[in-house]
Amino acid sequence: MACVPGPVQSIERAAAILRLLARGSGRLGVSEIAASLGLARATAHGILRTLQGVGFVEQDEESGKYQLGAALLHLGTSYLDVNELRSRAINWADALAARSGEAVRIGTPLDGRVLVVHHVFRPDDTLQALEVGALLPAHATALGKVLLAFDAGAAAALLETGLESFSRRTITHPRELSRALVEIREMGWASEVEEFTVGEAAVAAPIRGQGGLVVGAMGISGAVERLCDPRGRPKPTLVTYVRDAARAVSRDLGASRW
Amino acid sequence: MVERYVMSVDQGTTSTRCMLFDHGGRLVSVTQREHKQHFPRPGWVEHDAMEIWKNLERIAPEALAQAGVVPEQVAALGIANQRETSVLWDRHTGRPVGRAVVWQDTRTDALVGELSARPDADMIRERCGLPIATYFSAPRVRWLLDNTPGLRERAERGDVLFGTIESWLIWNLTGGPKGGLHITDVTNASRTLLMNITTLAWDDDLLAFFDVPRAMLPEIRPSTETYARASRVLPGVRIAAALGDQQAALFGQTCFAPGEAKCTYGTGSFLLLNTGTEPVPSTHGLLTTVGYQIADEPAVYALEGSIAITGALVQWFRDGLGLIASAPEIETLARSVEDNGGCYIVPAFSGLFAPYWRSEARGIIVGLTSYITKGHLARAVLEATGWQTREVVDAMNADSGLALKALKVDGGMTADNLLMQFISDVLDVPVIRPMAAETVSLGAAYAAGLAVGYWADLEGLRRNWHRAAQWLPSMDPGRRETEYDNWRRAVERTFDWIKPAGK
Repeated sequence: MACVPGPVQSIERAAAILRLLARGSGRLGVSEIAASLGLARATAHGILRTLQGVGFVEQDEESGKYQLGAALLHLGTSYLDVNELRSRAINWADALAARSGEAVRIGTPLDGRVLVVHHVFRPDDTLQALEVGALLPAHATALGKVLLAFDAGAAAALLETGLESFSRRTITHPRELSRALVEIREMGWASEVEEFTVGEAAVAAPIRGQGGLVVGAMGISGAVERLCDPRGRPKPTLVTYVRDAARAVSRDLGASRW
Repeated sequence: MVERYVMSVDQGTTSTRCMLFDHGGRLVSVTQREHKQHFPRPGWVEHDAMEIWKNLERIAPEALAQAGVVPEQVAALGIANQRETSVLWDRHTGRPVGRAVVWQDTRTDALVGELSARPDADMIRERCGLPIATYFSAPRVRWLLDNTPGLRERAERGDVLFGTIESWLIWNLTGGPKGGLHITDVTNASRTLLMNITTLAWDDDLLAFFDVPRAMLPEIRPSTETYARASRVLPGVRIAAALGDQQAALFGQTCFAPGEAKCTYGTGSFLLLNTGTEPVPSTHGLLTTVGYQIADEPAVYALEGSIAITGALVQWFRDGLGLIASAPEIETLARSVEDNGGCYIVPAFSGLFAPYWRSEARGIIVGLTSYITKGHLARAVLEATGWQTREVVDAMNADSGLALKALKVDGGMTADNLLMQFISDVLDVPVIRPMAAETVSLGAAYAAGLAVGYWADLEGLRRNWHRAAQWLPSMDPGRRETEYDNWRRAVERTFDWIKPAGK
């Protein structure tokens, strides 16, 4: 970035509204808030509606007055319940499995690993076991690398604990992983070719919530010869299916730009 | 070559949805619009049929626009609908006579009591496969005729028409007052208490019993057949199928062979078992109903276990108690504890449906101690759906003489892994979710596509079905028996709560 911009006025005003509501005088109406802060009523209303949209303030249905929202209390924890995520993604995950012909998984971060929160079988009616609840290594899977790429803190923590090897192709060198994560951020998707299980490959893309925050990863996995071209790279059509499905879920979750 | 699609309309209890499917049975576009629920008195539930029609007028073109499709590319339209909900309308003006009376409405309970006490009431179940209950259409029609001045005369003259929702939509799509087609499909007709389950025709004795004039009834037609071309909203599109929503789900799950069953988990839950081309009478509280009828082939029958409250209990937990912010969070809360802590919830909110049919039962929470937390309550909420499924499956096994080997499931609650595992545990059979969770819409589309040759045969449809997930039983048999016994004792405690009037 060429120059550092100054403070953003609307964010300062939003912070002032939150401080005002936190003073403990109970609920406040839009006019009271506008008057207290010397804002035009329409300006205050616009900021309140935005804060309400992200869950930081709540409006009482009867009086129309505002108070601090429950989301503020859970700022540190995941704001999207994993069961809610599954429920919102289930139709798109089915469609992805039907289009790609491969198994679909959705993962969320849990203590430096990937928790599988949803799994759709490969649509060939062979015997497959449900893997919901399984934990996968973050650096050796496409799902995990997507989650690491968009969470610098988690990536740094993992690099400190060391990178376990699962196959000849697992990324075990910190610098190599960092480079891979930069590339994933640029491309918007990740792949895994025999890095966790020999003979298996996977492609994953980020699921984003409000404001673009990455809340999970969604992807397909299967035999290398089905997912990759002869040179060992994921087939572009499959990558497109995965990215489209992840974008569709993101749109449903309120991420506007993706 | 221009790609062609099949459209389906799922006119449900809370919303109307319109979907387009491609030849692989894959969802191409979906539009939806909710309609208002009217609760004018305790126990009364009504819909505005005109609002539902206007919603369809709006969402059908939207579904086309979303996919960039013109009506000429729609090979056929299939309709699935909320069942038993009854609309009466004026043939000349096209205006409904009052609001539609919804399947959950219990205003006819006194009338149902009177009718059940008649000496000739015994022939009803034998003739139409259903018990006399507030759930079905005939008592509602009778109630409306009795309580609306002048209505009976207009109905006898054929000026006022009766229909379930698919009749109302087809009549409007084919011109309304200007030559609209007044028909119903055989699955919907099998829910009225007025159709002979063997001959599949309106039955004079049943009409006399409920005192419903024949002139107001629609013509009964097969579930799949090109009825007509739409003259409004989707001009020129062939209307080629109509099914009750649960029957559509049976079709969408491709349960085409006797012994195949599915359960759809929504507001309530409905388990249907294909019993082949002969109606199987129930002695264990199930309904004998028509599964589907393809053109002029013999009808395929089903046994049905209807559970009134399943997803609705989760909604109550969210909206009535405020213990969760969204329905899926029930699983998160339930997983915060190991078990139900000895607590059971029986959601007999408007009595119990199958296999009990006790309209005077009301809901209870039993086993409360100071140990119980909201986590245990959340468990009990989910387990109520599991045990109610078990009771219906037991009845089904007893009636059919077969043991269910696996249960195909669909509907919104199938996203709940804890619940699906619990259902597999208490049934002691695998529970299987297909790749297309929207089986009601898919079933209506399949039926319509089949009628016009878009899909060649049932085998072709079967090949589109794929397993998306499977849960295997893992509960200790001793624990299963103890828990089931506790559940049944809890159910007994709901009986006889509402006292008969005047006592």
